[in-house]
Parts: sequence; C-alpha cells; structure tokens
Amino acid sequence: MLRIEHAYWLLALFLAGTAWLNLRDRRWWHTAFWAVLAALFACGDLVLAAAKAHHELPAQIAGVGVLALAVLAPRMHRGELRERAEVERESDALRLRHKLFVPAVLIPLVTMAVALFGGYAVLGGAHLFAQRQMTLTGLALACMVALVAALWVTRAKPRAGLIEGRRLLDTLGWAALLPLTLAALGGVFAATGVGSAVADLVRMAIPVQSALACIVAYGIGMVLFTVIMGNAFAAFPVLTAGIGLPLLIHLHGANPAILGALGMVTGYCGTLFTPMAANFNIVPVALLELPNQNDVIRAQWKTGAALLVVNLALMYLLVFRT
Amino acid sequence: MHWLPLLGVAVVVIGFALRFNPVPVVVAAGVVAALAAGKSVGDILALLGTSFVSERALLLYVLTLPAIGLLERAGLREHARNWIGKLRGLTLSRLLIAYLGLRQVLCMMGLTDIEGHAQTVRPLLAPMAEAAAERGREPLVEHERHDVRAFCAATDNIGRFFGEDVFIALGAVLLIQGFYAQHGIELQPLQIALWALPTAIAAFVIHGIRSMLFARRLASRSPSVQPAGERDAAH
Repeated sequence: MLRIEHAYWLLALFLAGTAWLNLRDRRWWHTAFWAVLAALFACGDLVLAAAKAHHELPAQIAGVGVLALAVLAPRMHRGELRERAEVERESDALRLRHKLFVPAVLIPLVTMAVALFGGYAVLGGAHLFAQRQMTLTGLALACMVALVAALWVTRAKPRAGLIEGRRLLDTLGWAALLPLTLAALGGVFAATGVGSAVADLVRMAIPVQSALACIVAYGIGMVLFTVIMGNAFAAFPVLTAGIGLPLLIHLHGANPAILGALGMVTGYCGTLFTPMAANFNIVPVALLELPNQNDVIRAQWKTGAALLVVNLALMYLLVFRT
Repeated sequence: MHWLPLLGVAVVVIGFALRFNPVPVVVAAGVVAALAAGKSVGDILALLGTSFVSERALLLYVLTLPAIGLLERAGLREHARNWIGKLRGLTLSRLLIAYLGLRQVLCMMGLTDIEGHAQTVRPLLAPMAEAAAERGREPLVEHERHDVRAFCAATDNIGRFFGEDVFIALGAVLLIQGFYAQHGIELQPLQIALWALPTAIAAFVIHGIRSMLFARRLASRSPSVQPAGERDAAH
C-alpha cells in the first residue's frame, strides 16, 4: 500500500542527492543544510512514534536538527548554477514541441486521478492508497510518473533528473524550508498560549456593546492574527473563541454558520498580506526568480484589501438576519 | 506570565522588519515564546522537533522539481512562450482570468494541490503570460517581466484561497464545524460552505478586473501600441 510516508522517504532521497551534488561542488554550507533536512525527513516517523510513546530523546535530537537548519540557512547563497544554454533549449523546444507539455500536464492529471479514484484502486485484495493524505500521496506518485515521462520525451540520462532538480532546489534555497518552519512556530505558539493573549488584547480595546465595533474587531483581529501567524487556520479558533462566540454570537445574536464562513475568508485576506505565509508569498518569489522578497505580496495586496472591505460589509449585513 | 509569550510575536515582527533571514528569526521566535512560557530546554527541543516533522507535507511540492527541471532543460518554457505567442485570441487578461476561474473551480472540488507555484505557475502559466503580454508590442523589459510573473503567482494564490473555502469535505469548513461542535453548536458543513460563495464570486470579479487593468497598463507602457485614434491623429 502506498502511504504518505513513502513520499517523505522519496523526498529524503532527493534531498540527500542534492546534498551529494553540493558536496562535489565543495559548497559546504549547502551540503550540510540539505543533509540535515534529508535526515529529518527520513527519520520523521520514528520521531513521531517515539514521541507518542513518551520517549522524548528522538524528538529532542530533531529539535537540535531544526536549530542547525536555522544556523545554516543565512549562509546559503544562490551562487552560480549552470543552466543549459538558451540556444540549445530553443532548438530542443522547436524539435519536441507539444510533447514537452505531456509530462508537465501529467503531474496535475495523475494527482487528480488519485484524488478522485484512488479510494477505489485495489491491488491483490488490498487498497493501493492509504486514506490519509491521499491527494498528496498522489502528487508524489504523479511526480515520479512525470519524471519517467520527461526522461522518455527528452531522451536525457536519469542523472540529469537529479542534476536539474538540484538546480531548482538550490534556486529555492532556504525559502523552501520556510513554510515548514513557520508551521512549526504555529505549533509552538499554540502550545504556549500566545493565541489567548492576543484575543484578550483585542477585547480590551473595543466597546463591546456596539455590534459594528465587534464585527470590525473580529474581522481585523482575524487579519492581524493571520498576518502574524501566516495562517488563517491558526487564527480562527483563537479569535472566534475570544470575540466571535462570547460577543457576536452570544451577546449580539449572530448566526454562527455565516459568521464562521465569513470570518475564515476574512482571515484569508490577511494571508495575502504577509511574508509569514511563506509557501504562498515567499516560495514563488524564489521559484520565479523575482528580485524582491515582497514582489508577490505587492501584486496581490490590493485584491486582498478590496475583499476585506467586501467581507466586513457582508458580515455586517448577513450575520444579524433572523 | 500570561502576556510573556507575546515576546515571540515581537521577535517575528522585529526580525521581519529588519530583514534578517526569516528561518533563524522564526526558530528564535519559537524558542523565545517557549522560554517565556516557562518551558525547560529539553521540552523546547522536543516541541520544535515534533512540530517540525509533523508538518513535513509542506515540502512535498519539491518532488515536482526533477521532472520540471528536466523539461526546462529541454526548452519547456521556451516552447510555452512560442506557442502562446502564436495564439492570436489569447490575451494576457483572458489567460489570467481563465486560470483564476479554473483554479477556483478545481479548489471548490477539493483539488487544491493539483495546481500550484511549482506544479503549474513556474513551468506553464508564467511563460505563457509573458508571451501573451508581449503580443503586439516590443519585448518586456526586465522589471515588466518580473511584474508579470508576480501577478501570475498572485492569481494562483487568490484562486486557491477563495475556492477551497467553499469545498465541504476538507480543511476550512471542517475546522469551522469542528470548532463550533466543541462549543456546543451543531452545524452541517454545507450550511457553512455556502456562505463562502459570495466572497468567492467577489474575489473572481475583483481580481478579474485587476487582471484587465494590469494587462492594459502593460500594453500602454509600450510605445509600439498606441490607441488607434491617437495614431491616426498623428499622421
């Protein structure tokens, strides 16, 4: 049966390969960074299983690994990574034409097939895919299918897959890691009560008898907390427990379904403003080789601001209907 | 004691404002918040370690890179550009709006991970958008090219966020339902998802209009494409 853990092992292998190529180029910091990350991915399940059994040492070693990544990250520089000459790429493009799209489109298509029909796939009486995280398992499988197809279409040697993958991974550099680190920070913040402290602060600042003030405080609070945490999912329970439930639903009689849906999408507006939402706002800056870390945020904040106004208006107009 | 963990938030804000490398800033913020909450060094390390490895799914997009890199080596981006350059009717604004709509609809069906910055924006959407932007005008200069790419990434984000919240079986809606259930309010997922629809439509309209304005601004920056009236008047 294919599980999400298999995808993590595959990823560990790719990270280790990237470390190896950097070692041969004598790029020591990059080597160390990718090697530590590969180890964390390969041993992740052991760490979680041990932590569940109240055995702390593996988790603590993983924690040291995270600290090591933090120390190594600032020492990584984009540097010179050779890419094939544009003339050669252009001539291949004219020869291969639409065939080049086939492997690229296979990634979304195979992922979609697994997401929709993976639950029905049976091999020798057992389910082929584990239920948990099936779409992401499908994504990993799709990447392998696409890699084989790409090797076939381009007639390149399998080694080239690793070399080109490494070129892109080193282009991303530490930005690749940021979403993970931020999510881990969310876990730490949740475990240390940062959320309830923020909700208390907001509540101290508003006149609670005014329904409009409560709506604005809830909406702006969702945005601010999302900007800080980089994630509306982290903001929702905190702000709804701190303001939504006691003030809007219980005191002013708001409809919980409408308030919840609109509160969440108001938080999403905050995601468009913040570098903390690294997988959406910082990773693409590296992937698209943009010069300024905030280029993607600059392109989208106006849409986010307009939607924030729309959401606050919708909330005020809809949640108090009886 | 209750307020002390907020120091972690302060570390993040100051670190980002001073433009330090974000990775150590974020890790330091976690350590500061945990120390302020009175946790021991051993507990902090364990908390960091388990939080980190539980979120490994967030790096899976990296698995697309070998296939994408290989195709780029064989001219994928160049071909996407050449091909879109030949399709007369496909303007920049139409391409962006079509992608936005497709992304929203697919996410409403729960298919959030089949498109994305690594899967579709870098290899397909960005070069296509660059080619569409260059139709009927001189080649984009460097900073215009960057603007187009950033706008593509923004379009992907907006399509994703304001589509996935309408999907009932995953993520946002279940989180909302679960939260209310914990507090004694029973709701059906569909009741919640439906109320995300007005925002989804507003997002499509607002960003669609911004796409058109963006495309028009790019076209008008180029001296080779002037409105027909002005050109006639000049000759």
